[in-house]
Amino acid sequence: MPSPDGVVIDPDGVDSLITSLRAQGYRVVGPVVSNGAIVHREIQSVADLPNGWHDEQRPGSYRISHGGDHELFGWAVGPESFKQSVFPSQAVLWRARRDGGEVAIEAGADDAPREAFFGARPCEVAALDVLGGVLAGAARPDPVFTRRRDAAFVVTVECGAPAATCFCTSMGSGPAAGGNFDLALTELTGPDHRFLVRVGSERGGAVLAEIPSRPATADDAKARDAVIGRAESAISRTLDAAAAPGLLARNLEHPRWDDVATRCLACGNCTLVCPTCFCAAVEEKTDLTGTVEQTRRWDSCFDLAHSYLHGGSVRVSTRSRYRQWMTHKLSTWVDQFGNSGCIGCGRCITWCPVGIDITEELAAIAASDGAVKKDEPAAVRDR
Amino acid sequence: MTEAALTKPGPFVPSRYRVVDRKTETFDITTLWLEPVDQPIDAFEAGQFNMLTVFGVGEIAISISSAPGAPGAIEHTVRDVGTVSHALSQSAVGDIVGVRGPFGTDWGLASLDAVDVVVVAGGIGLAPLRGAMRYLAENKSPERTVALRVGARLPDQIVFPDEIARWGEMGIDVAVTVDVADAGWTGHVGVVTQILAELPFDGEGAVALVCGPEIMMRFSARSLIDLGVAPENIRVSLERNMQCGIAMCGHCQLGPYLLCRDGPVVPYAPLAAELITESER
Amino acid sequence: MEELSDLIAKNSLFVGLPDSTIELAVGCAQNVAFEPGARILVEGEPADTLYLLRRGRVALQVQRPSGKPLVIETIGPNSVLGWSWLVPPYRWQFDGVAIDPVGAVAIDGTCLRAKADADPVFGYALLQRISGVLLSRLQSTRVRLLDLYGHSLDD
Repeated sequence: MPSPDGVVIDPDGVDSLITSLRAQGYRVVGPVVSNGAIVHREIQSVADLPNGWHDEQRPGSYRISHGGDHELFGWAVGPESFKQSVFPSQAVLWRARRDGGEVAIEAGADDAPREAFFGARPCEVAALDVLGGVLAGAARPDPVFTRRRDAAFVVTVECGAPAATCFCTSMGSGPAAGGNFDLALTELTGPDHRFLVRVGSERGGAVLAEIPSRPATADDAKARDAVIGRAESAISRTLDAAAAPGLLARNLEHPRWDDVATRCLACGNCTLVCPTCFCAAVEEKTDLTGTVEQTRRWDSCFDLAHSYLHGGSVRVSTRSRYRQWMTHKLSTWVDQFGNSGCIGCGRCITWCPVGIDITEELAAIAASDGAVKKDEPAAVRDR
Repeated sequence: MTEAALTKPGPFVPSRYRVVDRKTETFDITTLWLEPVDQPIDAFEAGQFNMLTVFGVGEIAISISSAPGAPGAIEHTVRDVGTVSHALSQSAVGDIVGVRGPFGTDWGLASLDAVDVVVVAGGIGLAPLRGAMRYLAENKSPERTVALRVGARLPDQIVFPDEIARWGEMGIDVAVTVDVADAGWTGHVGVVTQILAELPFDGEGAVALVCGPEIMMRFSARSLIDLGVAPENIRVSLERNMQCGIAMCGHCQLGPYLLCRDGPVVPYAPLAAELITESER
Repeated sequence: MEELSDLIAKNSLFVGLPDSTIELAVGCAQNVAFEPGARILVEGEPADTLYLLRRGRVALQVQRPSGKPLVIETIGPNSVLGWSWLVPPYRWQFDGVAIDPVGAVAIDGTCLRAKADADPVFGYALLQRISGVLLSRLQSTRVRLLDLYGHSLDD
């Protein structure tokens, strides 16, 4: 039985953990280096992890490099989150066969194997809870999300190396573990490279019991506190989450929207990398044999057709679409679901091709709260 | 070992309904009567909508135009404005369509027993209001007077003219106006706000149910407020792109509202008044 | 039978105005009634009367070569019919046809214009009221131009 303060395992123990999860039938998904980024793939052992890799993130820039060390989790987040696992980018909702005048319908089957999310950052766990508020909290929950989320075994890894674009501390989502997870790891580097492991669920405890470990000591706890403390200090960006809903609601005509519209490409990258964006298009596909498929695929509010109403779209200008994205994420999401849609991972800042920074945009509006663009009429001169 | 595969129908899967009757109401408006082939949808309230699927074409949100609790087929009145609504308008008796629902907020008929009610409908807007009108006409309450004000473009584009006349005979204070007509029309010619001015009761304490194009709802709401109706007692029906109907696809957002869940019926104050005036919201 | 001054004072155009103003109008006024179908205003004819409608409705119509005349607007009871007496060329632009039995107070336009010229305070008050009705009618007409129930410009 692990002690209430957790146990300690070494890097071989991490390997054992992965092996044990695989043996129990989990498809273990974790971070790997691929094509110059740290992305999520199925992993077989600790050797697949980004051993010694570190990331450097800035608005519109992402680079990884090898530090010559052995730190397994010395990086923040990559472009992908675990959203894809619980909310697949494409899903068949139902199929229908038309035969003469009759129609036979069959619900789409979801038979994806259960997964273990290995290395989900605290902000990503928070994101899963935010997504759950939308997809599982509804009066008619999404059965695919519910099934996959309930089945998923979450191994969260606390953050030791936040990126310059992170602001989880402002959103209450990190760098310490929180939310619903099964096991929480904290990497403690140095001559004694080890991992503090704490249990978050009965299921997590059962899996941990199979791994050789020793009880955590007060020194281990202190070392963990130092990691968290250093991570908190390293986070440089802030966002006033409590003020955002009201601030944005009363500044819908702020001149900053025009300013950001001159930079935003409406490319939708931010919505693609965001772990909480949930917009999805429901579409029908037909083939010549009479089979009809209703599918759901990820959509983006930056898409011009997103707000289509007979006759045209409501949000045509880039200005209105950027405003929709940001005010939804930070303000109207709270009206709709009772919490912020943002968890402060900073992916939207890193992966924006022109480097638009949501924290900077909010601060700019706050700095001139109430500003309104004035149209200057041509001066009338007395003759 | 995998979890049991998910094959039970979920909220995305439509129930099959058959078209048992159809009526061409005007040149671009059709009413369909639907009866269930599969498990029927849950009981609905006036003002709610269903997602209707034409297999092979697509799925759209259509208000239910029959009265809640009435036995028999459920009715939908469709205006032909796009691909799916066109396909629905062309449906023949015997065709199978898909139905998901009922979704959304309703007109709140239960709260109208002891208040005066003014119903304002523009164009196709009378269809989402028809269930409520049937209920109000058939369930007279001594503490309630009901006025109906209908606007349409031309006399032959008034929806449900026979029913409107019947409601008048059943004690509803009815006035209909058109934008323009020839002298064969003995009704009113002008905008619906002009016939709002003559209400058979004091606006204060009354509840208004308003449905039609957003500009018309806005102007009607202002006229109603001038007549003393409290802005929070004016209920409007708003519309945005709807795809899932179950508050998880993000398309029907209008500011803080997810209209498939928080609407389509919303109070004019405190939010709707701004939302339907703001551009590109 | 009510006094003319009371009937005028009740009409939306004059309601709330001082008795002295009402008396000025009474001097130009008389009670009139029309059967349904009566052509109260005739397009092209000299426009010399302001009608305060007490009961019944009047359809403002325009004739066309073939087909029934088109109705532009319905003027209801307690409203005002006829403006072309106010500005040159003082000719009716449209027909005004009684739909119901109409009871009205007919106020002579020439008389009214003369009194307004002689008494600018009266004239200003009258024009303020008239402007309000015209503005309201213009706005209603503009809303109908939008053809809200039709397909939008974007279709």
